[in-house]
Amino acid sequence: MPSAVPLSWYLILSAILFCLGIAGFIFRRNIITVFMSIELMLNAVNLSFIAFSYQLRQVDGHIFSFFVMVVAAAEAAVGLAIILTVFKNRATLAIDDVSSMNN
Amino acid sequence: MPDNFVPTAAEMLRFLPELILIVVGTLIMVLDPLTRHEDKNRLGILAILGLAGAAWGTFVAAQNGGPAFQGMLLVDGFATFFRYLVILVGALTVMASLSYLKRENAEAGEYYALTVFSVVGQCVMVTANELIMIFIGLEISSIATYILAGYLRDDKRNNESALKYFLLGSFATAFLLYGIAWIYGSTGTTNLAEIRRVLASGEGAPSQALLGLSAALMFVGFAFKVSAVPFQSWAPDVYQGAPAPVSGFMSAGPKAAAFAIFLRVYLAAFEPIAAKWQAVVIVSAIATMIVGNFAALLQGNIKRMLAYSSIAHAGYVMVAIAAHNEIGTAAVMFYMASYALMNVGAFAVIAHVARAGEKYVNTDDMAGLGVRQPVTAALLTIFLLSLIGVPLTGGFFGKFYIFKAALDANLIWPTIIGLLNSAVAAYYYLRVIVVMYFREPGESTADLPPLAPGVQAVLWGSALAILVLGIYPSVILDFAGRSANLVK
Repeated sequence: MPSAVPLSWYLILSAILFCLGIAGFIFRRNIITVFMSIELMLNAVNLSFIAFSYQLRQVDGHIFSFFVMVVAAAEAAVGLAIILTVFKNRATLAIDDVSSMNN
Repeated sequence: MPDNFVPTAAEMLRFLPELILIVVGTLIMVLDPLTRHEDKNRLGILAILGLAGAAWGTFVAAQNGGPAFQGMLLVDGFATFFRYLVILVGALTVMASLSYLKRENAEAGEYYALTVFSVVGQCVMVTANELIMIFIGLEISSIATYILAGYLRDDKRNNESALKYFLLGSFATAFLLYGIAWIYGSTGTTNLAEIRRVLASGEGAPSQALLGLSAALMFVGFAFKVSAVPFQSWAPDVYQGAPAPVSGFMSAGPKAAAFAIFLRVYLAAFEPIAAKWQAVVIVSAIATMIVGNFAALLQGNIKRMLAYSSIAHAGYVMVAIAAHNEIGTAAVMFYMASYALMNVGAFAVIAHVARAGEKYVNTDDMAGLGVRQPVTAALLTIFLLSLIGVPLTGGFFGKFYIFKAALDANLIWPTIIGLLNSAVAAYYYLRVIVVMYFREPGESTADLPPLAPGVQAVLWGSALAILVLGIYPSVILDFAGRSANLVK
């Protein structure tokens, strides 16, 4: 079955999503949004894995993307818990307010 | 070959340390609600016994060395060395934490369970022979460490430390993973030996631009994990904010494992394109040494100072990685062993002097320690001298072998800059010693309680080991030298 959409399109989309994630991580000021940007980056990677896997006619890439999803879920559980304790102690989700260490 | 998917008994033996640790960690979590508050220390003892069991498991696994699970893991001398090291760091951390948690009134089984799980992740990392296994090991280790960094939930500094560690750690992981995806796409495999074969043969010729891109993305991920410039900015805040024994743990165990995978990926898989990545590693190493040492000069907070010092030490180690020869690999192994011991020891002393709520964490708070607790001060002095790299300590031979490897690889300038940096570094370590012995004792060391037995064991054990490494380096170096061949 010939692929209707060429591989490069998937890879470009994945690169765009990844860069959006980086931009969100750097420029957004809300901790939850920053965290969502990281998830976006991980999903961009997943898209690459799936596209390569399809191109190489291997099942490996599909399996990797499952592992990435599992890890992302574990990370989300821990990350949201950490964000929650920060919010409880400081009553803010603005990332600039979380900087009490001396310089 | 479907029958291959059933692991053989020998393969399970090669995975024995991880199996033991997983069982013990889970057991601690199950026993936690059944343990009365004043008995929580026993769970820590259980964790130490489990880690001792894992050390035995490492021995058994080494006797039955070889690949396991379709080449996902590879138990060789290199993996065995780092397994012993991360298990030892885990055990020392638990020992140093027993009295710390009691003092902070935060005893709970999950602290010990998380330490054990973090060690599991590091064991998987150092044994992994496959990029996805490396990623999974890294995440098992990191996720447990994120929680440990913010372990005292009501402490604002702990929260902040955990948040920064978590956000920047996951950000770095995403880069590493994207690099893995591109390597998979351009070589069609994630097995390190296979990648090396494809790169060396040049058949199927993956485009050089793609390879460079993926190696660069993975470098970003690794540089974050080992806190190398320009991705070092998280380390000072995280080490300063985390509980002191956890800072010691983070700067030793996860860091050693991160260097192990750094070495394995770049030397076992990317060796054929070494000419391309060597320059990047050298530049980063030089910048890391300079930034770490000069920033450390300015720090008043001793945890923050050690964080910058740990950045500087990462720079020295990267010089040896850039050398990409077997002496360099052996030097990294030796260096990480002695560095882990001195850092765990130094942070244990800091945790002791800091007192409840970590009130006294400035260099000036060490004033009078030499008078009030001469033994503690003497032990800290050994750790600091070893961090400087004074002869008769493990730190000296660590630096010596790293620079020897660098000279063998004709890296003259990195060696010279590294030596100059060691001289700069001596200043801020010696300042702590001066404050300890020659400054008028202040309120910080007044009625300092005596060292708890667990902390004593950690301090004496690490100090003795550092001196042994400094006098008979061959104890470890012979083993490291035999295991340094990463190219199978």
